Amino acid sequence: MNKKWVGTNVPRKEGIEKVTGKSKYIDDLTFPDMIYGVTVRSDVPRGTIRKIHFADNINWDEFTIVTTKDIPGKNVVTLIESDQPFLADAEIRHQQEPILLLAHPDKSLLEEARRSIRIEVDELPAVFNIEDALNKKQIIYNDDNIIKEYLISKGNTDDVWENAHKVVSEEYRTGAQEQLYIENNGMIAIANDEEVTVWGSMQCPYYVHKALMPLFNLPAEKIRIIQTATGGGFGGKEEYPSIIAGHAALLARKAQKPVKLMYDRAEDMVATTKRHPSYTRQKMAVDENGKLLAIDIDFVLDGGAYTTLSAVVLSRGAIHAAGPYACDNIRIRARAVATNTPPQGAFRGFGAPQSIFALERHLDLVAKHINMCPVEFRKQNFLQHGSLNATGQKIEEEVRFDKVLDMALEKSQYFAKKKQFAIHNAQKNNSTYKGVGLASFYHGAGFTGSGEVYLASIVGARLTNDGKVKVLAASTEIGQGTNTIFSQIAADALGIDYDMVEIETPDTSKVPNSGPTVASRTCMIVGKLVESAVCGIRDTLLKSNLLSQNYTPQQFATASKKYLQDFGELKIFVQYKPPAGIHWDEKNYRGAAYSAYAWAVYIAEVSVNKYTYEMSVDDFVAVQEVGEVVHPILAQGQIEGGVAQGIGYALYEDVIWRNGQMANNQMTNYIIPTCLDAPSIRVFFTDPFLPGGVRKGIGELPMDGTAPAVISAVENATGKHVCHIPLMPEDLMRLYRKET
Amino acid sequence: MEKISFEVNGKPVSVDVHPFSRLLDVLRNELELTGTKEGCGEGECGACSVFIDGILTNSCLVPIAQVQNCKVETIENIATDNTLHTVQKAFIETGGAQCGICTPGMIMATINILRSYPKANDDEIREGLAGNFCRCTGYTKIIDAVKKSIEERKDESVSS
Repeated sequence: MNKKWVGTNVPRKEGIEKVTGKSKYIDDLTFPDMIYGVTVRSDVPRGTIRKIHFADNINWDEFTIVTTKDIPGKNVVTLIESDQPFLADAEIRHQQEPILLLAHPDKSLLEEARRSIRIEVDELPAVFNIEDALNKKQIIYNDDNIIKEYLISKGNTDDVWENAHKVVSEEYRTGAQEQLYIENNGMIAIANDEEVTVWGSMQCPYYVHKALMPLFNLPAEKIRIIQTATGGGFGGKEEYPSIIAGHAALLARKAQKPVKLMYDRAEDMVATTKRHPSYTRQKMAVDENGKLLAIDIDFVLDGGAYTTLSAVVLSRGAIHAAGPYACDNIRIRARAVATNTPPQGAFRGFGAPQSIFALERHLDLVAKHINMCPVEFRKQNFLQHGSLNATGQKIEEEVRFDKVLDMALEKSQYFAKKKQFAIHNAQKNNSTYKGVGLASFYHGAGFTGSGEVYLASIVGARLTNDGKVKVLAASTEIGQGTNTIFSQIAADALGIDYDMVEIETPDTSKVPNSGPTVASRTCMIVGKLVESAVCGIRDTLLKSNLLSQNYTPQQFATASKKYLQDFGELKIFVQYKPPAGIHWDEKNYRGAAYSAYAWAVYIAEVSVNKYTYEMSVDDFVAVQEVGEVVHPILAQGQIEGGVAQGIGYALYEDVIWRNGQMANNQMTNYIIPTCLDAPSIRVFFTDPFLPGGVRKGIGELPMDGTAPAVISAVENATGKHVCHIPLMPEDLMRLYRKET
Repeated sequence: MEKISFEVNGKPVSVDVHPFSRLLDVLRNELELTGTKEGCGEGECGACSVFIDGILTNSCLVPIAQVQNCKVETIENIATDNTLHTVQKAFIETGGAQCGICTPGMIMATINILRSYPKANDDEIREGLAGNFCRCTGYTKIIDAVKKSIEERKDESVSS
């Protein structure tokens, strides 16, 4: 196929609306007669509801009040397990548990009303962290607090430890991280007994759809979910929007009026999901040449109060825990535990950033123990073409990971910098220490294991009256460029102009279920389906003899219009078919967990202030092999944005937990990088390992590799061994004090 | 309720609202100018940036009573007659807008840089954008957009 659009920097499809402020986000919409909703939540982390008291300073007749009694169907947020209610009935499992809902035409009266409701609760002792959950301080979930457990086993680690040249163990921890999309969550609903329509900010319209059918006990065609312009997601709008949509619709059904339910920043931060905090114990055996002999990993995630997506986040974290390194003996035990905090959820990287942080930090530590250069140590253990990874998947592509590494070393001047900084750090009169550090890693694109088979995504395409092609997919534009890349892919598949492709609004009454907008599957999986769907349109036109081979875009448009006149509507749907030769054993966690991996080496350069211990990232080089790059500027933008989030994860973003909930739920005291904190981020894509336009996903890479590279650089600057993130200046100060 | 009169995007307006109503809410709800966004409601994120008498301001922190007789300028006034402003074009071309929610505020901040430091260097650009959060871009492409705007402005002044 001749590619005219893929690989070029066409203007973003909805760019003009975005730069003029004309894009309509959910809070920009108003409906006639619309009223406003609010959520009344628990204020204890665990207990049993005894009674709900309504203070008599409020005229409650003016309010729409929704309790569990107003739920027409099942009071459960359908996702993986059916354990989370839309409204707590009796049992409270975390402090932000929704208990009842209020609505009123005057928004300004809602806050006082919310505070005038007292939930009388018999409080129970709660569990707030991984250690207490594992030690069964209280049993709060099943009989052991374990939400999910996996064991990945390759070879036999037990036989290795005794005779190995060196065995090194260490524990690592990562904190929670707030997605902090700049647009808060919100929904508007219209509902009655027969049908429900919800508009809002979301990543996955069909997740919301799936959750609302049982809630209202209505068939698929009676629930309609429409995505409005969405101001960032990063995983944070994957699952929680189902709850907000359900709440807005319950209020709308009772009030018989449109209801807007908008979270403010404080509520969005305190109540919705975050990245899972993690604990990892890494143990490695090496021989005298630095060859990895055995890796034993105990990986634990704090899932919060309900199952939500923890099982799949854990799965990805576990599979990535041994990284792109060849080792004959690997054992990975992975557990997600329950605590009485609001459920943790999806966030860019989906479990992999946690386990990769521990792995990359540990590789640095082992290299130090055997007195080997961390670059050389990694390089000689890289997976090669034909080697087997942790799940026993044979690496089929012609991997040249050393080329990715070489490019990163060259672009960052890693070795020159290392020498230069050693001299700088030895000078007493400098106010800073400087360091450089790296991480090498890979990330599996698309859903894990058989996920894509279960999803069985569908994409459609149809002709429009003016002879253009409209793509029908549930994939949402959330900033990453879905509309743009789909248009490029479709235009090239058809040999027509970029402007001749339109993208339908993700509206469940108009688009089929193409699966969720997560895990870089939009470009890789759904993008391929877009290609097939539009080719179906072309083939129909060719068969109808209205179009002949080697047509021009103009001829395509003319033929399309003629087709519509002669035959009426033309709509084609295609469904995902798994590629041949990919096998995944769900039970034993063996086989091809992903059909493709993207490979990357990241190098960070930092300075550490000797007096304040403040750290800043001065330069950042991100080199990756991601297969075909559809839109270089969008792709760079993905990496740059992710690197900034990764820097935040490593150095700034500290979720303070108090009694099981986030205490610093404001932008004032939860610190994300501004443009004064983010360095210039230099992004490079190597030539694809595979020919033929394979696309492997981009968005998660920068979340995986940035934090370990940054902390590696801090360690190079200070000589202190750092085992946790976020690393705040006060933490570094403590490390210095411990040793003096 | 109080009657407050001021100028928005060159047109006189007057609203009957509580004097402590936020300028942000009056713009969005009373005047239907929803291009100005709310991100945090506490003056941290800059998504609600507007000009008040030419000064870049977080409109979420301004009680409406304070803008009596002032001139307010919002994102809706930046493109003229369907022609995008140099800065808006630059944001599209460089990839400075991703999800778009911070973009109106970023564009107002960029225009402020052009007005205050027409030849801004890298440090001045970063300083000038420091009051605006973006969670998508990592700022690199936004800085590119500002640099491009400065370049284009140079060309414009040469040609005029």
